Amino acid sequence: MSGESTYQPSNGFTQWMDTRLPLLRLAHDSFVDYPTPKNLNYWWTFGGILTFCLVTQIITGIILAMHYTPHVDHAFNSVEHIMRNVNHGWLIRYIHANGASMFFLAVYIHIFRGMYYGSYKAPREVLWILGVIIYLLMMAAAFMGYVLPWGQMSLWGATVITNLFGAIPLVGDSIATWLWGGFSVDNPTLNRFFSLHYLIPFLIFGVVILHIWALHVPGNNNPVGISVKSEQDTVPFHPYYTVKDGFALVVFIILFSYFVFFAPNVLGHADNYIPANPLVTPAHIVPEWYLLPFYAILRAIPDKLGGVIAMVGAIFILFVLPWLDTSKIRSARYRPLFKQFFLIFVVNCLVLGYLGAMPAEGVYITLSRICTFYYFAHFLIILPVLGLVEKPREIPESISASILPETAASPAE
Amino acid sequence: MNRLSALIFSVFLTVGLTSGLSVSLSITSAEAAGDAKHPDAIDWSFNGLFGTYDRDALRRGYKVYTEVCASCHSMDQLRFRNLSQPGGPEFTAPEVKAIAAGFTVEDGPDDYGDMFDRPGLPKDAFVNPFPNVQAARAANGGAYPPDLSLITKARSGGPDYIYALLTGYEDPPAGMTMRDGLYYNPYMAGGKIAMAAPLLEELVEYSDGTAASVEQMSYDVVTFLNWAAEPELEERKRTGFMVLIYLTVFAGLLFFSMRRIWADKH
Amino acid sequence: MSDTNTTGDGTTETKTASHEGEPNRRAFLHLTTGAFAAIGAANIAWPLIDQMNPDASMRALASIEVDLDAVEVGQSLTITWRGKPVFIRRRTQEEIRDAENVSLDALPDPEADNSRAENPEWLVMVGVCTHLGCVPLGQAGEFNGWFCPCHGSHYDTSGRIRKGPAPKNLEIPPYQFVSDSRIKIG
Repeated sequence: MSGESTYQPSNGFTQWMDTRLPLLRLAHDSFVDYPTPKNLNYWWTFGGILTFCLVTQIITGIILAMHYTPHVDHAFNSVEHIMRNVNHGWLIRYIHANGASMFFLAVYIHIFRGMYYGSYKAPREVLWILGVIIYLLMMAAAFMGYVLPWGQMSLWGATVITNLFGAIPLVGDSIATWLWGGFSVDNPTLNRFFSLHYLIPFLIFGVVILHIWALHVPGNNNPVGISVKSEQDTVPFHPYYTVKDGFALVVFIILFSYFVFFAPNVLGHADNYIPANPLVTPAHIVPEWYLLPFYAILRAIPDKLGGVIAMVGAIFILFVLPWLDTSKIRSARYRPLFKQFFLIFVVNCLVLGYLGAMPAEGVYITLSRICTFYYFAHFLIILPVLGLVEKPREIPESISASILPETAASPAE
Repeated sequence: MNRLSALIFSVFLTVGLTSGLSVSLSITSAEAAGDAKHPDAIDWSFNGLFGTYDRDALRRGYKVYTEVCASCHSMDQLRFRNLSQPGGPEFTAPEVKAIAAGFTVEDGPDDYGDMFDRPGLPKDAFVNPFPNVQAARAANGGAYPPDLSLITKARSGGPDYIYALLTGYEDPPAGMTMRDGLYYNPYMAGGKIAMAAPLLEELVEYSDGTAASVEQMSYDVVTFLNWAAEPELEERKRTGFMVLIYLTVFAGLLFFSMRRIWADKH
Repeated sequence: MSDTNTTGDGTTETKTASHEGEPNRRAFLHLTTGAFAAIGAANIAWPLIDQMNPDASMRALASIEVDLDAVEVGQSLTITWRGKPVFIRRRTQEEIRDAENVSLDALPDPEADNSRAENPEWLVMVGVCTHLGCVPLGQAGEFNGWFCPCHGSHYDTSGRIRKGPAPKNLEIPPYQFVSDSRIKIG
């Protein structure tokens, strides 16, 4: 937020408003004339894409709630009622169901982008932490949303995840009972999950506003990772990044639409089209794809409490990432060793995801343990050590200077 | 063009990530099925970007369902009126009225508090062969015949699996002992299924003269079951195609607008 | 480079183009893009609005058929149609005569009896008082037709308002005889 506001109220009403509640000034300074580094690449468009995902989920979710019945006897049928009777109900539900997957796809790209370009480093630690909070809230919302159709995976997924709380010493069982409102996942559980599933997106919305605020105090990071030095380094957000974000968003929606219209169930699980039955467990319980890496970590540890600690730790370690990375250089472009270790880390996460979908036996267990170890080693050993031993590449003078020799751009961006 | 290549790379990564994940999920499902034989892919009329249901197959499939499957399997989610809606078998309204009237539906209570039977109406649900799950189990040697409304979505492998199951009955391999009331089917997880082979040659007499081979009846009834599970399929694919065209053109327009806007800055 | 000074409401089309000689093409491109966005927004808005209209299961109940076999002369049947009571009355000769012998000038909402009951023996009406939506009582009130207990509206044997606060006659739903003893309402 460097410099003076350039907002000029254009008529009497906006002038009147500007001296009372300068909302338009805020919007103008944040999204129109906001000075943005001029070298942002397409990996930076996912913030806008994520905002779109959140708004889409909220709108379609409010609509689904108009037709859904949160009761164990009616939930499954009310979802089918939406699919079969409600006007365009199938479209709205498929957008919501696949929208969750798209949301996570975008957030993972966004997180990995932040890791690659060092966007979590000073002065953006709070920005990063708010992002991790959003990610945690997203996981809670997604998990509870998956319970609502009250299919077999809904019931058994909820059973497995709530039982994790039973691993907590002394009070675990009481917490599980408290979460259920009964002695197993049942109608009270479904009711409260519906209530919370409706609440959480609005919490996310609130934290997103903080996230954008925390972004606009230091300003955007950028692919070279050096701070903006002069006006030469920036362009106004509008129209330069509105059109670029818009273009990337439409390309993203093409992928989204492919799933909604031509493969609406490929990311789901067939068992969730079987009504929940507390007497029969599906042969193979798997969470949605976006939670699979954590599921693999959970199962890698041969002890219930240990598994839960490892899984929770795998997420919470992200909170302290800004202090584990000892390198002062932000962008991986100038960190040859880190760049390679980053790629290994991404592959390791994908392998963990694959392992989470495999049965917990034989070679899969061994691989899960190796990958889980590597996951933590990346944060606790590799990142602190790299910052001390790595010899960085020469960093350009400024953002403008980094753009000029365009012909020599590295292929990895 | 550096930015464009980054974009293409990111699109590839995105598609790769998602398709990789869906593949891994389908691997999972296959694993879950244990040693079951993998069903062959059938060239359904409703496959692909422009897939639609074969109306004649849907009507024949409805006949197979009512005359064969319906004696044990319910279809709770369907109403008789669905049979005339666009994208389905598209029976005419009078035909649906006649079909519904051929079933007896319990209604009530009447003015004296008693339940009474009446002929079915288009608004009524398909009639369940059993009053409840317990009765269904008791009548079927302890095995509950699943509801078929969503069966092609509720089984991994979908319509291919159901088709393979219906046509795949054979003698058990040497050394496998079958308990009474269980039958061998290599496509079923574990190989043992409580449903005897339901379709026999010429079991159903098609009014359009189609020869009722087991394969034909299976194809027809699975088409019908897939429609029952996804009655929106035709509208979905039609809308989806138009949406994709719109988005592609819109993306192109945005791309050139972006090039113009950014032209000053390069 | 004039476009670095965008104002709050300045759109890209109105700015000076730096590509001399092609501002029209540029404006056209941006306008087309904007129009495309608007088309998309309109198309996605419709499903979001239409989902609140009556769904297929409600529409399936929009028309019903009623069997009249069991209704004797002088008896009524009340059925539910679109969530509201419908009175089906098989009128006596006396009631029909009363209804036909009223001068239209005496009516607040003038309607001839034969335009309300195509078959004079059968009167089919929505049983909702046109005042504030209560359900009137049958064969009651000063005109021996219907009487609404909420605010004292009196209807005659043709269901026409005769006295009291209600402004209109009881509504006749769309219906037709599918056979002598069966009608389809809606």
